[in-house]
Amino acid sequence: MRATARTYARLLAAGFRRGSAYPLAALGGLVANATFGLLKVGILFATLDAAGGELNGYDVGAMSAYIWLSQGLLGSVNLYGRTDVAERIKNGDIAVDFARPLDVQAASIALELGSRLFALLPRGLPSVLIGVLLVGMSMPTTPLPYLLGALSVLLGITLSCTTVYLVAASRFWLVEGRGLEILYMVASGFLAGLFVPVPLFPGWLRTLASATPFPSMLQHPVDVLSGRVDLATSLGLVAVQAAWLVVTAALGAVLTRAGRVRLEVQGG
Amino acid sequence: MTEPDAVIESHGLGRDFRVRDGLRRRTVVAVDDLTVRVGAGEAVGYIGANGAGKSTTIKMLVGILVPTRGSVRTCGHDPVRDRRRLVRQVGVVFGQRSQLWWDLPVRESFRILASIHALGAVRERERTDELVERLEMGAYWSTPVRQLSLGQRMRAEVAAALLHSPRLVVLDEPTIGLDVLSKQRLREFLVTERRTHGTTLLLTTHDMGDVERLCDRVLLVDRGRLAYEGTLAGLSRTVGAERVLVVDLAEPGADLVTVPGARHLGSEAGGLRQRLAFDAEVTTAAKVLAAVAEHAEVVDLSVEEPDVEDVVRRVYASRR
Amino acid sequence: MRGTLAARTAPYRAVLASRVRAQRSYRASFRMDLLGSLLVGLVELAEVWVLFHGVGRIGGLDLGQVLLVFGLADVAYSVADLLVGHCDGLAGFVRRGTFDVFYLRPQPLLLQLVTSDISLRRLARAAVGIAALVTGLVVNDVALTPVAVGLLALALVSGVAVSSAMFVLAAGVQFFVVDGAELTNAFVYGGRYASTQPASVWSRPVKAAFVFLFPVAFTGYLPVVTLLGLPGTDWLPAWLGWCAPLAAVWAWGLALLSWRVGVRHYQGGGG
Repeated sequence: MRATARTYARLLAAGFRRGSAYPLAALGGLVANATFGLLKVGILFATLDAAGGELNGYDVGAMSAYIWLSQGLLGSVNLYGRTDVAERIKNGDIAVDFARPLDVQAASIALELGSRLFALLPRGLPSVLIGVLLVGMSMPTTPLPYLLGALSVLLGITLSCTTVYLVAASRFWLVEGRGLEILYMVASGFLAGLFVPVPLFPGWLRTLASATPFPSMLQHPVDVLSGRVDLATSLGLVAVQAAWLVVTAALGAVLTRAGRVRLEVQGG
Repeated sequence: MTEPDAVIESHGLGRDFRVRDGLRRRTVVAVDDLTVRVGAGEAVGYIGANGAGKSTTIKMLVGILVPTRGSVRTCGHDPVRDRRRLVRQVGVVFGQRSQLWWDLPVRESFRILASIHALGAVRERERTDELVERLEMGAYWSTPVRQLSLGQRMRAEVAAALLHSPRLVVLDEPTIGLDVLSKQRLREFLVTERRTHGTTLLLTTHDMGDVERLCDRVLLVDRGRLAYEGTLAGLSRTVGAERVLVVDLAEPGADLVTVPGARHLGSEAGGLRQRLAFDAEVTTAAKVLAAVAEHAEVVDLSVEEPDVEDVVRRVYASRR
Repeated sequence: MRGTLAARTAPYRAVLASRVRAQRSYRASFRMDLLGSLLVGLVELAEVWVLFHGVGRIGGLDLGQVLLVFGLADVAYSVADLLVGHCDGLAGFVRRGTFDVFYLRPQPLLLQLVTSDISLRRLARAAVGIAALVTGLVVNDVALTPVAVGLLALALVSGVAVSSAMFVLAAGVQFFVVDGAELTNAFVYGGRYASTQPASVWSRPVKAAFVFLFPVAFTGYLPVVTLLGLPGTDWLPAWLGWCAPLAAVWAWGLALLSWRVGVRHYQGGGG
């Protein structure tokens, strides 16, 4: 007996509802968001200024869009490296999940994804609003970038869930999974272009970043949505995102199956 | 200077909380008009259903919460103003919160606590040895606290609260979740401690067995207000609470409805096990058992005490 | 009952010593934490470096100068984080009831909170800051005159004070907004981010926030401007770096006030 798509949809909704349980935290997060946004505005605008107003395809409007869109997405993209499922794998509770007719990977990702999608409401929209009102930013005037952008955002968020699931799955083998979590937290934000746009990285660093799924989580959705890149490039970025999603999901499935076998062998 | 007689003295003590109820705010009265006096050396049981305000009262005794109304003095001190001086004379065991350091061996926690309470080396050694011996903690003295069973941990918590030989010990639900043996050990220790050092004891509990074995007096609190104050015997008398004799018979038989002084509550397994309620003031378990034995062969038996919920319900009902 | 200094600090030293022992006893995870801390320090340095590498000067500073800013500010932050970093977890302590246990001990509550833990792993991060600081001093050819050394020492000590005050301020605020620990992130981690930037690039509202209200600009940028003899900018005269101790006093005043108000709120006194 396999679970139907409706079950996963329910999990998604449950995650969504869980995200809405802490309204006060959302407000506090918004203040933190705005603070970081304004600080980024300061330093990044000054950088553009020093470069003569334009740098690697960014002008002030595009930079502002990058700042506020990335801040808005911050609550939805998992750049911490921690998940609930990691804890369950670590203490063996996952054995219970394996006994259910649900695919463990899909179920935990659905739940995670739900609450992250919710976060777009209290975090995502207000961040963009603050940007528009306080600083102003260049946003596209045609509908296509928005449609493509929405898809890109969805892909980016899902990709962060599937990637962070890999970190969780490592706990089937690693006793001290914390190392990987820390590494993920440290590397992901930086390489995803959280504090500095990836296009501003020196060449070799840009190459390094593109060898990881991180830019596809944040930088690419922001680029597509802001319309900073043209249609052809946008489609290319979305394709790269989709490719990473497939790779990480497949790897996750392989690791889950191997992990399950290992659990059974250990008698867990 | 003569020491004040009362270890705990409260007048009209009350505490309200403002609680968010959806979008509105409402006031919950946790404790109201509590006037009690606990003398030195007494052992008082503070009983009541969950949410009756017991933990709130304890917090006010120790200065964690400020009263909304009325006043309280613990060991002659105002708990909020003189907390640091007061706490040297009081030991508290919170059932759920631990005073020990989770990842350290038990003896490390004690060493730190001895330093915190400024016990000299000699007194620390004496007191620690005494507590370890009397609470039988030697077996796990070097074990990290997080690896202890609940029973072991509670014994360590009680010892930790008593390390500085306080005048007053307050125990908030100390036997909750403990097995019968651990409960017994803990109770015996507390009885001995009181006898040896004259420590005053305030015990909040759900367990009538605790109250029976340990306390001279009970304070029964119902929804924040004092519903009864006096001896346990008096309480049972007031309330007419019944004890229950549970007998296991050799063979299934008819319901024992004709036993004098007892009321038949129910039967299980076709009459193999039967429950009989009796008023402890009117008759004894032994008499009821004898009467039952005339009708049927009893293989095993047990006696159930009236539980706090039942007693509280009856008290509340009798007050209406 | 006033004893000697050793006697009066004994309870605090006992707890701290036990935390140190506990951390060092878990060899493997401690090393992992050290590595993680080191990486975090390196990444934060990289974030600054990436910007300045592309463009010559930002906010009146070049790469060598901003390295000095980063070094000072990050060392101050790392030391503060090491000592009192756990304080902005107050919301969690309250929720778990750990904070109530402090009431049962004959010591002041804040002092107990502050000395209840110490994060040795931050030493690795401090190492990054120290390396940046030393490099910055060398690259900028800073003559270590008594005045210069005095300014640096003043800046470091005040910097540690300001940064640690942010953590304590967070604790006080968290009494009110138990679910909103995110709010305190704005000035604790926002402050850290701000401290390694040239304050000259900020708008006036941001300057008001991070120079005068949460004065983290005094932990790095302002002392460096004074030290290197750089020109002052809008609202930020060149000599402002000497006022770092004032910033520390202000920050701690704010922190202690928030603690006092917070505790009173927690206990329900005054309403």
